[in-house]
Amino acid sequence: MTTENIQSATQHSFWNDTGKTGISSWIFSTDHKRIGLLYFYSTFGFFLVGVLLGLLIRIELMAPGRTIMGAQTYNALFTVHGVVMIFLFIIPGFQGSFGNLVMPIQIGARDVSFPRLNLFSWWIYMIGAVIVLASLFTGGGPPDTGWTFYVPFSARTGTNVSLAVLGVFVIGFSSILTGLNFVTTIHRLRAEGMTWWRLPLFTWSLYATAWIQILATPILAITLVLVAAERMLGTGLFDPSRGGDPVMYQHLFWIYSHPAVYIMILPAMGVISDIVPVFSRKPIFGYKMIAFSSLAIAAAGSLVWGHHMYTSGMSDTAVLVFSFLTFIVAIPSAIKVFNWVTTLYKGSISLEAPMLFGLSFILLFSIGGLSGLILGAAATDVHVHDTHFVVGHFHYVMFGGTGFAFFAAMHYWLPKFYGRRYAEKPAVVSWALMFTGFNVLYFTMQVLGMQGMPRRYYDYLPEFATLNLVATAGSWILAAGLVIMLVNLFRGLWWGAPFEGNPWGGATLEWSIPTPPPTENFIVEPVVTHGPYDFKGSGIP
Amino acid sequence: MNEHHHIISYGKLTGIWLALLLLTALTVGITRVELGGFKVLAALSIACLKAGLVIAVFMHMKYEGRLLRWLLFLTLVTLAIFIGFTFFDVLYR
Repeated sequence: MTTENIQSATQHSFWNDTGKTGISSWIFSTDHKRIGLLYFYSTFGFFLVGVLLGLLIRIELMAPGRTIMGAQTYNALFTVHGVVMIFLFIIPGFQGSFGNLVMPIQIGARDVSFPRLNLFSWWIYMIGAVIVLASLFTGGGPPDTGWTFYVPFSARTGTNVSLAVLGVFVIGFSSILTGLNFVTTIHRLRAEGMTWWRLPLFTWSLYATAWIQILATPILAITLVLVAAERMLGTGLFDPSRGGDPVMYQHLFWIYSHPAVYIMILPAMGVISDIVPVFSRKPIFGYKMIAFSSLAIAAAGSLVWGHHMYTSGMSDTAVLVFSFLTFIVAIPSAIKVFNWVTTLYKGSISLEAPMLFGLSFILLFSIGGLSGLILGAAATDVHVHDTHFVVGHFHYVMFGGTGFAFFAAMHYWLPKFYGRRYAEKPAVVSWALMFTGFNVLYFTMQVLGMQGMPRRYYDYLPEFATLNLVATAGSWILAAGLVIMLVNLFRGLWWGAPFEGNPWGGATLEWSIPTPPPTENFIVEPVVTHGPYDFKGSGIP
Repeated sequence: MNEHHHIISYGKLTGIWLALLLLTALTVGITRVELGGFKVLAALSIACLKAGLVIAVFMHMKYEGRLLRWLLFLTLVTLAIFIGFTFFDVLYR
């Protein structure tokens, strides 16, 4: 493509053919790509806030005793870190940003089924986010309950829990609406020839995720209303002295929040299923099994919430049942991992930045998943429950898994929408730093947990000092890598070399349209004649 | 889905309303009978029957297509599973 062609492609792209100008062309746009970028920048902005809070927590834990903050600030900090990361970044992040950006194009549609509802979802998300942020500076100060808002403490603490749960409640509606929109879109707006078995696996994973969002999120909403009722009306629902049951809160909370873990991880698995075959130059191994395993994870994953509650005083029968079911979820998860690895086998692997992040996902997610089995087995869980082992475990899954997949998606798809690319070498350097820092930080945490260091404690015994220092050093390496990655990526997207055609050699539909995509994606309505990983069929060498 | 508006006669609507009132009276009534462990079961059964009547007639589910019925059914099953699984805990504590 010559420079003029790029320019004319850019002129007809979604970037500059709206009637509106300035900020209103974004915040009132119903174009799924613009909404996707709105979601991307808002959720990623909150991710960076969360990172900053996480770094502060690590600095506080660098040495025993007070380092930079008091105990109450520390409690607020880990709570807000959790709330921001979970509810403002990782749950809405993938669906909102890459789901919106890529999914309609992948199925050959001009937009989602309900574009206005889509914009409304973003608005609700932002309103919820503002309410959550307001809870930090009003009332009794930032909540200090942990992101799980466990009763009885959340019902009694003088901090601003009510406003924070209201914010999360509002954000929940955004999640439900996005789920509805995506299910409808995938059912109704597939292009001619785009059969269910030709859906890219990223879209499959979004589909499974959307069902969880629709079915599980209302339960979180109700639970949070009950916490607010407990605080404001003194209903006594969770108060044993008045016939209530605090364990019931944990049931209700985890009925949503465990499936929510799959809202976070499934789209990430979908990204990896799209990236691995492209960078191995091989069709994905076991396409149908990967698609089915997404649904199986969504279904079985909704029935395992009790594994968060082994030490809560729940009955032994329930412990047995939930432990058994937890082990069942490991099967579809392992199916995915084995299929990705088999896809790599004898492939022509090219180790570019998206693939490096993708491969790290497979390793880090596997470590996180296997440490999850240690927690899923009741006997070992009792030993490490509420220790740093748990913190290490879920950061392996959520950050090493979803986070790294998010970075992979940023390197893989964002150039497509900007028409410019990042520099490869700094991207690889940043990946190496992040991968190293990540493992130094979180593997050390798992060891600390095995040794008995509790989570959420402000202070600790001197024998944990060395490893805590190591973990904090890891967090700095990780942060350094993150800064390099962001500077390189965004400098590239705005001022980098042109990104044109299909440089990765993907066979899914988003690679068949101009870069950046036109407003309604396809100049001619596509007719799909081959599968998403049929590289030969789509004429890619 | 049904294109035509299905019109239910006043007689039928009144009948359902009276049935709901009767069932409400029954719910109050059985609290005065010593049923032991079956008290909750009885109250919940009556409540389910009432909800069923409302959904079928007042909410027109009886006259809707198969898809909508299945969707409602699946939603209720999901809810039943979520509630049911908590009984692994509550019943055996």
